[in-house]
Amino acid sequence: MADPLFTVRGLKVSLPDMTRKPLLGSAPMLDILHGLDLAIERNCITGIVGESGSGKSTFGRALVRLLEPSAGSIAFDGREIAHLPETELKPLRRDLQMIFQDPMSSLNPRRTIGAIIAAPMRHHGLSDRIGERVAAALTRVGLPEDFASRYRHQLSGGQRQRVGIARALALEPKFVLADEIVSGLDVSTQAQILTLLDQLASEMGLTIAFISHDLSVIRRLCRNTIVMRAGRIVEAGPTEALFAAPREDYTRELIAAIPLPEIDDDWLTR
Amino acid sequence: MNARPSCLSISGLTAILPNGSRVLRSVSLDVKPGEVHALVGESGAGKSMIGKALLGVLPPSVRQVEGSIALEGTELETLGAAARRRLIGARTALIPQDPLTALNPSRRIGPQMSDRLTHILGWPAERARNRIREMLAEVHIREPDRVIAAYPHELSGGMRQRVLIAAAFAAEPRLIVADEPTTALDVTVQKQILRLIADLQRQHGTAILFVTHDLGVVAKISQSVTVLYAGMVVERAPTPALFATPQHAYTRALMAATPRYTDPASSLQPVGSAVLAELALEVQNADNEWKRAHG
Repeated sequence: MADPLFTVRGLKVSLPDMTRKPLLGSAPMLDILHGLDLAIERNCITGIVGESGSGKSTFGRALVRLLEPSAGSIAFDGREIAHLPETELKPLRRDLQMIFQDPMSSLNPRRTIGAIIAAPMRHHGLSDRIGERVAAALTRVGLPEDFASRYRHQLSGGQRQRVGIARALALEPKFVLADEIVSGLDVSTQAQILTLLDQLASEMGLTIAFISHDLSVIRRLCRNTIVMRAGRIVEAGPTEALFAAPREDYTRELIAAIPLPEIDDDWLTR
Repeated sequence: MNARPSCLSISGLTAILPNGSRVLRSVSLDVKPGEVHALVGESGAGKSMIGKALLGVLPPSVRQVEGSIALEGTELETLGAAARRRLIGARTALIPQDPLTALNPSRRIGPQMSDRLTHILGWPAERARNRIREMLAEVHIREPDRVIAAYPHELSGGMRQRVLIAAAFAAEPRLIVADEPTTALDVTVQKQILRLIADLQRQHGTAILFVTHDLGVVAKISQSVTVLYAGMVVERAPTPALFATPQHAYTRALMAATPRYTDPASSLQPVGSAVLAELALEVQNADNEWKRAHG
């Protein structure tokens, strides 16, 4: 792929293992990611799939530098960011946005939706015409402008997740990390959010890393797919090819384990 | 012809909140002996509420005002509170959604599993211990003694769910309520657990009321299914018929909203406004009828 947005080389992340921390002294380090090499293509959605403990969320957090890698390099839009200090990261943060899994815990209950969406804009110095910007952000995700004066608890689950998307996109970032953003939703709401994300991604030319445990969702939404297991990449490539002819047994196993909504009498015993 | 009574027969079950609004709207369903009956719906549809009404553990704010629940032909309403608890304790069991919150973190697995057998059914401790060991083997746990002595946090999510499945089958209940038992699990573990539940259910001849939001799981595990919306039964059918010829527009809409990796080109359709309007009308008609009948 020519000129990817991210180029990652030998990425390792270690975190303190609190389950083995002695009463006094520091916890031993546990390797979460064991040297990942990959690139993330621009202007499309890349799916990252894996089971719990695969390191997919840790990888996402390293990409947006919520975590500092213990080794390796992350080139973002041509710039090395793996070990940048916070002061130098700050101007880049505008281009590295996140949508979270649970809008209930990622939206402040005491602030209006308008204030929540405006906060990152103010933080990055976009204080002029803030009302207009908030209204535009709400419209973009299909919410009425007067939602700006509402609070989190007055919204449905799907509307809350739209607010999360509006906040992340308000700054027109170069990259958005979406970590399991539909896993708490009903299928009907999930269909709405996926359709919205798909449409916004193509309209705005967004680059999105979409972390999910659901291969059916990934298949529907993502141009490329990365399969992870135990802190390593199992395989990565264009989604269509990966589903048509998975190279690795693990990928085949993951696909075969999805219960499709159709009658298939020997699925359970296969 | 049909001499055996249903394992579970619910009819006209209605439950209300303190403000009078109905959370269950005259729900009727039948679970035949030895079958897996899926209860499917979106969040808030009342699927878990039905299981709770059966087990007699409705939240304090919800009151069952009408309807009957019969377990193998015995109407629960005809029993006193103590007799009802004994019957429920002896004939039913629950497999909960989240194995971590269902287990006490500060007690070892073994005693937690045998509590039901010794306290409710009055088994001697020795017999309960042997039964637990037997059941752990049946759920393919290789080192039963290690698991019996372990605390919940020392086991993986899949292992914890196996433990709870073993505990549920241990007393040979006639009916198990499985409340979203695989929702918190990874997809490969989910498949193992579904297979395990299906195998045990067949071997023990246990009926299961399987609560889920996932039509994929419904297709794979159940023989019959009830679709719920807003505490109202929308459709009831044998599972093959539901997938071959869904009768209600809502059932068809749910199927169209479920993504399939085999059919990526199909655009995902949320449940449409026409279907929602139809449902709202049905709910209103049902409520009006209920109000007329109850002054």
